[in-house]
Amino acid sequence: MPKQKIGKVGREKPNSSDRLLEIYSTMARSRLLDERVWQLNRQGRAALVASSQGHEALQVASVYALQKGKDLFYTYYRDLAVMVALGVTPREIMLGYMAKSGEPMSGARQFPTQGAMPNLGLVNLSNVVATQLPQAVGAALACVQKGSDAVVAVYFGDGASSTGDCHEAMNFASVHKLPVIFICENNGYAISVPLEKQMAVKNVSVRGDSYNMPGFTIDGTNVVEVFKTVSDAANRARIGEGPTLIEGMVERNLPHTGDDDDRRYRSEDEIVKAKEKNPVRILRELLKKDNILTNEVDLEINKAAKISIDDATEYGESASYPDPDEFYDHVYSQV
Amino acid sequence: MKEVNVIEAVRQAMYEEMDRDQDVFILGEDIGVRGGVFLATDGFLEAFGAHRVIDTPISESAIAGVALGAAMQGMRPIVEIEFADFIWPVFNQILGEAARIRYGTNGKLHAPLVLRAPYGGGIRGGLYHSQSPEAYFAHTPGLKVVAPSTPFDAKGLLKSAIRDNDPVVFLEHKKTYRLVKGNIPKEEYTIPIGKADVKIEGGDVTVVTYGLMLHHCVEAARILKDNNIDVEVIDLRTLRPIDHETLIKSVTKTGKALIVHEDTLALGIGAEISAILSENVFEYLDAPIKRLAGPEVPAMPFSPTLENEFMINSEDIINALKELAEY
Repeated sequence: MPKQKIGKVGREKPNSSDRLLEIYSTMARSRLLDERVWQLNRQGRAALVASSQGHEALQVASVYALQKGKDLFYTYYRDLAVMVALGVTPREIMLGYMAKSGEPMSGARQFPTQGAMPNLGLVNLSNVVATQLPQAVGAALACVQKGSDAVVAVYFGDGASSTGDCHEAMNFASVHKLPVIFICENNGYAISVPLEKQMAVKNVSVRGDSYNMPGFTIDGTNVVEVFKTVSDAANRARIGEGPTLIEGMVERNLPHTGDDDDRRYRSEDEIVKAKEKNPVRILRELLKKDNILTNEVDLEINKAAKISIDDATEYGESASYPDPDEFYDHVYSQV
Repeated sequence: MKEVNVIEAVRQAMYEEMDRDQDVFILGEDIGVRGGVFLATDGFLEAFGAHRVIDTPISESAIAGVALGAAMQGMRPIVEIEFADFIWPVFNQILGEAARIRYGTNGKLHAPLVLRAPYGGGIRGGLYHSQSPEAYFAHTPGLKVVAPSTPFDAKGLLKSAIRDNDPVVFLEHKKTYRLVKGNIPKEEYTIPIGKADVKIEGGDVTVVTYGLMLHHCVEAARILKDNNIDVEVIDLRTLRPIDHETLIKSVTKTGKALIVHEDTLALGIGAEISAILSENVFEYLDAPIKRLAGPEVPAMPFSPTLENEFMINSEDIINALKELAEY
């Protein structure tokens, strides 16, 4: 994986075994949940799914590099593993996929995973690609204005990097040296449009230069690399050194959504290779090789996850739909 | 009481609110050292510092998006869009995002932001410095839209907008900025959003208007008074939500209604007012509801003869009111 260093990286201490194990456990739980949701979608029991399979290392390790309960996370529709890492429960997530009452992000008004949980610092407002980028910059501005040293991580795909909002957000953040970490989850496809039709440069990170902002391209399936790069970016952001652009190279293991057929635009060979770039498996093998993860512990993690996902599935299916009486709630403030 | 013009009223409202509440800040183009192209923020940089008076890059979408992001994290941003003609890039962040934030998070987040924009023509602004964008915003549930016409209203309504917990688009007719003067009290006051104002009471015809056109309507009503036509003049002041009650009460009394606005006719604010009246006071109407609005050309032209062709004047209003009175 080519690694492009424009700023400084690598000051953060290596990760402890405990932390790596926790990251692995979270990734494995997210993967199983994601697989279940995909399966439910195939069975017609979940209306819509945009899978984060393939993106888990980037999503989970970046959350672990930041401070939960203090830092803010502006996500997009492919960020299930960010939510799991922040502590959103399988039950809460399943309510979203089944559009049921009590769904915590939007009361099931929005697509699954969208809305906000301010208690977790989580905002995923919109389906419109890249709108979260200027909003995240504004949230970072508010942090500075309120005298907090919180940072804002904003997640977006390679497709979003082509928008005007992406440029405007990065330019604004860098001019005002705001504590933003731009995390581009580059999986090479914007639905069906490949990277070479999205941009004439090889990597999104080179654009950091044009904003005088450090830009890194890293292996987004390598949790250690992700953790270090995000930690360093956070350290810089907290002391007023401004934003960082991190581009994590990943593979989308599945089609764009449950309604997409990627065989229309990817070769069979490419689809197989994309599936092989599974960050959960990569980390599992690494941790087992280093004797950090035993087969027994791995089995336990997977078993516990399966129990909670079974429970969440049942919980979601037996939950009721939102009461139409709530339809007009929260259009305006009720003063 | 002190006489001020509209821009001074706007300036005072923002200054007092920034002084009162540390969470209020302002961002936009040229608002810092320059004090804004119309000087609405003259002296603000010195008074409140660069962290609360933020000169931005020319990037309206980011200005709106940044304001929204800051608002959802507890700040109260005031955005100045330099001219309303440059407002279109904010649609995505304001119509698509800010208006839906409360609804789309089931009340978890909200966006107390104000988007101020000088709008309107008759100042030789041509196609790109004269437009009236109100109908686009007023169509959107989740937003409030305010368009004052006097210094008193501008100050009181802007203060309410800044204190409001939902996004407010605040449209200031730029021709009124220095042309229209009026008294405002020394002591603190606010004017509630969503309330129209009966500027002149009358029993023969109702004229419903807002912005610069209010002043032409008042002039027309005064002239017609001498011809024994008693015109009731209503200044809408807020375009979303519209004050149904005041409209219904007035037209129930007069039985005749003229709606006047500078913005173009089709699907404009007047169409909504006309529908509200048709639905609610049909039995009281003594004449068809009449609209006088900007002509159906894409924007206001530059050359004076062409610009005059676009703008409605007091004479047009007098003729329309006479026609209605005689119906």
